[in-house]
This record gives sequence, structure tokens and C-alpha cells, in this order.
Amino acid sequence: MAKKLDKVDVVTVGVGWMGGIVAAELTKAGFNVVGLDKGKEKNLKDYLHTHDELRYTHRGGGTQSLKSESYTVRNTLDDEAVPIRDQGMAVVGEGVGGGGSHWGAQTHRYYPYDFEIRSKTIEKYGEDKIPENMTLQDWGITYDELEPHFDMFEQMAGISGEPDPNYPERSNPYPNPPLKKNEGIRMFEKVVKEMGYKPFMIPTGTVSQAYTNPDGEKLNACQYCAFCTPNYCEYGAKADPVVTVIPTAQKTGKFNLRTHAKVIRVLHENGKATGVLYQDTRTGEEFEQPADLVVLTSFVFNNVRLLLLSEIGEPYNPETGTGVIGKNFTDHHFGTSTTGLFDDQKFNNYATTGAYGMSFTDYTGDLFDHSNLNFLHGGEIEIRFSGNAPIATNLTSPDTPQWGKEFKKQSLFYHNRALSLVSQKATLPYKDYYLDLDPTYKDENGDPLIRITWDYSENDMEIHKFIQAKQIEILEKMGATHILPAPAAEHFSGGLAYQHNGGGAIMGVDSSNSAVNKYLQMWDMDNLFVCGASAFPHFGVTNPTTTAAALTYHATEGMIKYLKEGAGALV
Amino acid sequence: MRMTDNNKDNKLEEQLEKKISRRNFIQGTGLTVGGFIIGGSIGAFINPNLEESTEKVETVTEQPEPAEPKEMPDYTEAMQFFTRKEDFEALAAATEVIFPEDDLGPGAIGLGAPYFIDKQLAGPWGSNVDDYRVRPFTNGQTPLSRGDIMLQGVRKLNEISQERHDDTFNALAEEDQIALLQEFESGDIKMSLVTSGEFFALLRQLTLEGCYCDPLYGGNKNMEGWKMKEFPGAYMSYIDVVESKEFVKKEPISLSDHM
Repeated sequence: MAKKLDKVDVVTVGVGWMGGIVAAELTKAGFNVVGLDKGKEKNLKDYLHTHDELRYTHRGGGTQSLKSESYTVRNTLDDEAVPIRDQGMAVVGEGVGGGGSHWGAQTHRYYPYDFEIRSKTIEKYGEDKIPENMTLQDWGITYDELEPHFDMFEQMAGISGEPDPNYPERSNPYPNPPLKKNEGIRMFEKVVKEMGYKPFMIPTGTVSQAYTNPDGEKLNACQYCAFCTPNYCEYGAKADPVVTVIPTAQKTGKFNLRTHAKVIRVLHENGKATGVLYQDTRTGEEFEQPADLVVLTSFVFNNVRLLLLSEIGEPYNPETGTGVIGKNFTDHHFGTSTTGLFDDQKFNNYATTGAYGMSFTDYTGDLFDHSNLNFLHGGEIEIRFSGNAPIATNLTSPDTPQWGKEFKKQSLFYHNRALSLVSQKATLPYKDYYLDLDPTYKDENGDPLIRITWDYSENDMEIHKFIQAKQIEILEKMGATHILPAPAAEHFSGGLAYQHNGGGAIMGVDSSNSAVNKYLQMWDMDNLFVCGASAFPHFGVTNPTTTAAALTYHATEGMIKYLKEGAGALV
Repeated sequence: MRMTDNNKDNKLEEQLEKKISRRNFIQGTGLTVGGFIIGGSIGAFINPNLEESTEKVETVTEQPEPAEPKEMPDYTEAMQFFTRKEDFEALAAATEVIFPEDDLGPGAIGLGAPYFIDKQLAGPWGSNVDDYRVRPFTNGQTPLSRGDIMLQGVRKLNEISQERHDDTFNALAEEDQIALLQEFESGDIKMSLVTSGEFFALLRQLTLEGCYCDPLYGGNKNMEGWKMKEFPGAYMSYIDVVESKEFVKKEPISLSDHM
């Protein structure tokens, strides 16, 4: 029998970026918030010995153990899903701060086109341009509505950057200037400007100078130490919930953070959430935490899984296309990259940060004409420095064996003679791709795991080909001796490298095709909010955190209104 | 490790210097420290030359060599996971084929990779403690632990070497070792509940880890792997290097420097 605790105003499930933002904003507004996180407590003291490639990159230090729980994957509706077993393949943040502690902190905004993608595509090309099985939807919110909330996130996180010349003016400049330029960036900038593109330094939460945010939290200046992702920042120079929103919430005296607290159900009665049932992961003891407002702020998989396990909302049916929970799942791990080897030039690639580099967005959204192209949306192209980790980085010229004498010789020679171009691409949703509960595999409590049904689409492959051709052209102009285009994998394997997943509890304009409204409030349960990239109806080109956080800031305004004014849907 | 009293004294002096520069660093960033970065040993983290020029960064990291270093035995070089010496010897020989000694520097054995692998397999990672292990194992997923795979693999190396050449793997001619490992890599060798290709991939990965991990794990001895790759290791700051047009070569430092 679960022990029933005293009722609170708000309970959040998970205390990473989204849980931290909700905790900060709601406690500042005077409400009592309980934050439940199934992982461990951590703070800056845990970050001090983080310069360890083996521990963090290869052994999953800082990511969730799969001992008690994983997820399963299949490519089509006809396949039998298999569980992801190797912890190193499943990068899901662990402990207080979640993925926000080991992220690379790349912080682009989504583009205006993203939020109205269906309407804008039809307007320009007609309905026939959208493939029949592509479940493209408008988000129910516009870029202009969200703009102040993007800005709130950027000010809170101390984002360092310069404006992307291709996208709308900002209400405020970035709070910090961009990072310094290295030689590779200077070479890239010169060449792509000559080609007519409009490059800009990648905006990042590894801040370029000491900064105090509007809540009084301090961030230090980035030292380019290169152990940024999947490590932690020992300087407190990377925006992380642990050094920003969580201390902000704690300072109010209204935030009660509980670790080792795994929520196993959202409790509800007569269409209202009454609280959550959680378990102490060490003792197995169960607790009921009643609350006026329940906010799911965990990773995509867990947000959706909790809705399904708690029987809230109608599960999505991929045969009929009806139902909403699990719908429009997207994975965003298919990066397109090409590496250039430079026989006569060495670079200080060991000096970098998580999102260090320069990007241009001339091939994103609807900035270029798609009339004669067989794909929608597109990808940005960036030069990126990920730090030359010596175990993971072993570059050789084409057709060299990958072990033995020649391998050793070449991988040593090229270690500091390479520049890589990387592209993130939009991932659009399909009728057959979704999340549901696995029929076979269970967690240690006997609850089914979440199951992914997903694979690369023709749209993904076409963007890949288009973008990789541009990458090769740029590296040729930069003078690379050898060019190594990374081949596309045939199928999605289920491995995650950086927690770019979206959908499953998507936002929209009505309850027939979305789970939550523009305040991330469940259509079916007005005191339950579901925050994070689970709300994305499709995955935009770039990293999800900025957009997920902006949506969550917007949602907190709805939560405060709801708590102050009482029951009812906010739209 | 060589550690004479003379060297210890030098280390102490270095530590003291670093503690002083830590204060400089914090002031330089304009941060009030109060409770922000805590921990007595932070001094050891800060590159002592943070506020000096790039050229100087290169020179100061040179460690003073003791006049006559005494060779100390490495008491950590014994088996934790493997039980038969012949298995360990096959493993060692295979790692050396993957990453051989040459005129650029030591190979996997010289870097300590075989002992590194033994230690990794003896720990929780070797028995897949943090992995999802619930049955059934279908669609080619192996129920074996990493330790099981490596043990079966190295025994198979010896078994086939005996069959074909009447000798253990480590005693074979180099070209025969290479040919046999190529067969394993291509998945052509029959193994139980795992493919030889999966075994080889794990062997290769572990070998590279043993050559390039932080020396705290027993591999990358004396940071020789990093020196060959011109990878500087665990420095706390490169803010003075990042904009340099020229390559800045730095003597590596390891995490032991942070203690």
C-alpha cells in the first residue's frame, strides 16, 4: 500500500531542463513544487574529474543505466521489436539535470516555417507536395507567439552567439557574444561566404564570458577544454539545470527535490489528475504524491510511456491513424557528415566546446525552392569541432584497413589534420512511425517498455544526398587532400547519441490529432501538462532543447493562470 | 611509475604553484567563488599558465626527469579476469597485431592494453551490469556477457592456431596472425551464441581503449598513446590556444594531475 503524502500545488516528473524551468517559474510565482527524479542528486562537485573519454563517452557515465528499464525498437509494423541492451547505445540523461548536464548546448531556435509547416507548404506548393503517409501538422502556435519565450530561455542560459542572417529579427540580442574563431572556422567562413552562403557562429550555452542571468545565477567563461559532451562542465561554464534553474527554484524555499523517486503512474479520477504514484528505487517503497497540477517533464520516452501506462488519452493506432498518444514520433540521430583530411596542415582540434563551430541555414525550411526537389524542409551545414577524442577518432585515407600497421601509421598522422562538416536535418513524421507499449519486454516492476516503430524515410535520404553533395563541394574548395563522406546507414538501429527524439504527445489545434494544446496542457485532462520535445509534431533541423524550453516557458504561463483562475482548458 | 624523493619534491612545488594560479584564474574570470566551485583539490585543475602566452604553455608542462630513475615493478600487472595464462597471451598477441609497435612508438602491449582489457572485463562493464538483460534474446542478440565473448574468442584463437599450425596464437608468424584475425573480423569463424565478427569488433574497441584511455585505467602507459597522437589529455583550459593559426603541441597531462 502506497504511503499518501500531503498535497502540494505542483508535482513535476523528472528534474532536467523542463522540470527545472517549471520548478523555477512556478516557485517564483509563489507555488509549492515537488520535483521527483528517478536518478541521483548531483552538483558541481561531481563535475570536477570529468576529463575522461572512457568513462563518459564509452561507458555511459552520466547516462541512465538500463539494468531496470530500456526501450525496444523495430523498423516496420511487421517486425518484432528488440530491446536496446547496451547502456552505451542509449544516451538518456540520468539524475538531477538529466540530459541538460551532459548536453553539447547547441541552441538554435526552430524556424517560423516549422510551426506552420503544413499550411505554409500547401500555400506554396499545393497539398500534393505532401506525401500521403506524411502526417505533417501545424503546431498550433506561431513563431511570433513563441519569440519572447525563446528569449527567456536564452537570457536564462546565457546563450553566446550572433544572429542567423536568414531568420527573423530577435526581440533581444543574445546575452553573450559568440565564441572565439579557430583556424578551421576561419577557413570555412571564407569559403562559404565566397559561395554566397550566410554563415554565423553556432549559438551555444557554453558561454563566452562570465555571466549572471536574470535570476542571479552565475555562469563562468568557457575554457575550450573539449570535455563538454557527454561530460559535465567543471567550470560551471555550460548552462545546465544544476547551475541555473534548479538553484533558482531552491532559493525560493518552495521547491522540494526528491531523488531516487521513480514515478510509475499518473493518478486520476473523473478526468482530473490527482497526483502521482512513485517508488523509491532503492527500497521499492511506494508513495502517493497528491497535487493540484501534474507536469510530466521527463524525456520523450518516459512522458509518453507514463501516459500509456496511466491510460490517459487515446493511444495512437497506426492502421487507422486515429488516437494521439504515441503519434508522430521522430528520431533525429541521422546526421550527415563529411570529413576532409589535410595532408599539409595541422589544427588545434583538441581545443573546443560542445557546440563549437559555424553554421549556415541557406538550405533549411522553405528558404530555397523545393518545386523540383523530391523532399520537404532540409538541413543546416556546419563545421563542427568535437574534440579529437583519441579512442573514438581514428581517421585514415579511404580504403585503408581499420587495424594493423598502416592503420596505426595513418590514424596517428591524420589525428590533427582533419576538419569535419556536419549537418542536422529536419525529420518529418509518418503514419507508420509511432510509440506504443512493447508486448514482450518489461521493466523490473513488470510494466511494459516503450516500443519505437521508426525508420529512415525517403525524405531523410533525399535531404542527406542533397546536403552531402554541398559538404563535399565546400571541403574541396577548402583544399582537403582526401574527402570522406560518411555513408548513410540503411536502417535505424535504435542507438541514441544525443537525445534528439520528439513527438508522442504532440501539440496542435484540436484534440482529434494532438495530445496537448499550445500550453502543453492535455486536451483530455486540464490539470496535466506534458513538457518537452514529446510535444513536437515534427523534428526541426536543429537541436531540440531551445524550442522545447521555449514551449515550456510558454506553458508555465498557462500553468500559473490555471492555478490562479481555476479549472478549465486554456484555449 | 618512477617516483623518487627528488621527483616528489618537484611535484609538491608544482602543486603549490598551481594553487597560487588558481586564485589568479578565478579573479581573471570576474566570478565570486563563494560556494560556487567547491573542493580542496581544485588548484590542481587549473593550467598554471592560463594567463600567459601560447609559447609559454608549450614549455612549462615539461616534467623534470629524476637524475637516475629506479625501475619499480608494476604490481598491477597480473590477471583479475582471465584464469589461464595462455588465454591472456593470445589476447595480448591479438592486441599487438591490431596496434603494433613500430618506429612511431609502442604497440598495444607496450601501452598496457592487455592488462587494461583484463581489468575492464573483471569489472561491472565486463559482466554487463548496467545493460538490459531480460530474456528472450532474439534476432541475433547475444545473451553472453562481454567477458564471456572475450574468453570464448581468445580460446577460439588458440584452438584454430593449434589445428592449423600446431601452436598457440601468440607463437604464430605475424602474417598467420593477421590472416586469422581477418577471418574472425569477417565473421567466418564459427562461435557459440555470438559471431566472430562481434568478438573482433569488441577486441578492436578494447584494444584502442587500452591504447588511448586515461592511464588511470592501466592502459596508455606513461601517456605514450597520447604522445604519439599529439593529444594533450586532461588540460583544464585551451583558451590561449584556440585561436592560434599554427598547431600548438603540448605535453599531455592525465587525470592523476587533478588529484
